[in-house]
Amino acid sequence: MWLLQRVTAAFLVVVLAFHFFLLHFYHHAFEITLMGTQTRMQDVGYFATMWLFLVTATFHGVNGVYNALVNQGISGTPKTAVKAILGLAGLLLIAQGTRVALYMNGFLA
Amino acid sequence: MSQSYNRGLVEDFSRWKEFSAGMWAWIFHKFTGWVLVGYLFTHIAVLSTAIPAQQGEMVTNSAGEQVSVYTNTLSLLESTFIVRLLEVGLLAVAVFHILNGIRLLLVDLGIGLESQDKTFYASLVLTGAIVIASVPTFMAGIGGA
Repeated sequence: MWLLQRVTAAFLVVVLAFHFFLLHFYHHAFEITLMGTQTRMQDVGYFATMWLFLVTATFHGVNGVYNALVNQGISGTPKTAVKAILGLAGLLLIAQGTRVALYMNGFLA
Repeated sequence: MSQSYNRGLVEDFSRWKEFSAGMWAWIFHKFTGWVLVGYLFTHIAVLSTAIPAQQGEMVTNSAGEQVSVYTNTLSLLESTFIVRLLEVGLLAVAVFHILNGIRLLLVDLGIGLESQDKTFYASLVLTGAIVIASVPTFMAGIGGA
């Protein structure tokens, strides 16, 4: 988990910066339309990058919250409950994000 | 593996005067991390309007045109000054988390431990510079400008 937190961090540094540049500097956020999103998401490379972005960001974020709580000293039942709740929240976010991405690229309709 | 360290209570506010650069970096990294993970869930919720939009749900926008619910939601949010301001805040949080994250990755690799306080200050200055330089882009088009 320690290594995975660092590996996802290295990936996210690049992809988060790319995401900000693309959707705020290259395209402007206020100009985003469904058609533009569909066009980007129909590109297999872009779709794969965004899906990996979703999975790595969710893992890094949820595991980061768990680490912060362990760091604060939670243990026993609260620690187990936090692990289960965060794990479930992460899986639900990935499931919903994947569903949205598949609608965006037209695979689901 | 995650371990528990006794850093004392951050909530004991009078302690802030004793904090070193490393302690501030730790607090800022944790705070920006909480904001980013919270935003991630919100972001997916907003983007979920693409589902009804793909199923053909249209709404009438402020100009009286029929547009998809996804386009209208994003356009409405982006036309609000407070949302633009929050986006600048999000950029600040993300840039600091990225720069301090690179600093942490390097320290983990054994690079720059002896200058970790200077690299923290550099992260802060660079974050400030990038955010200030980005304000015109993030505020572009607000109020039809």
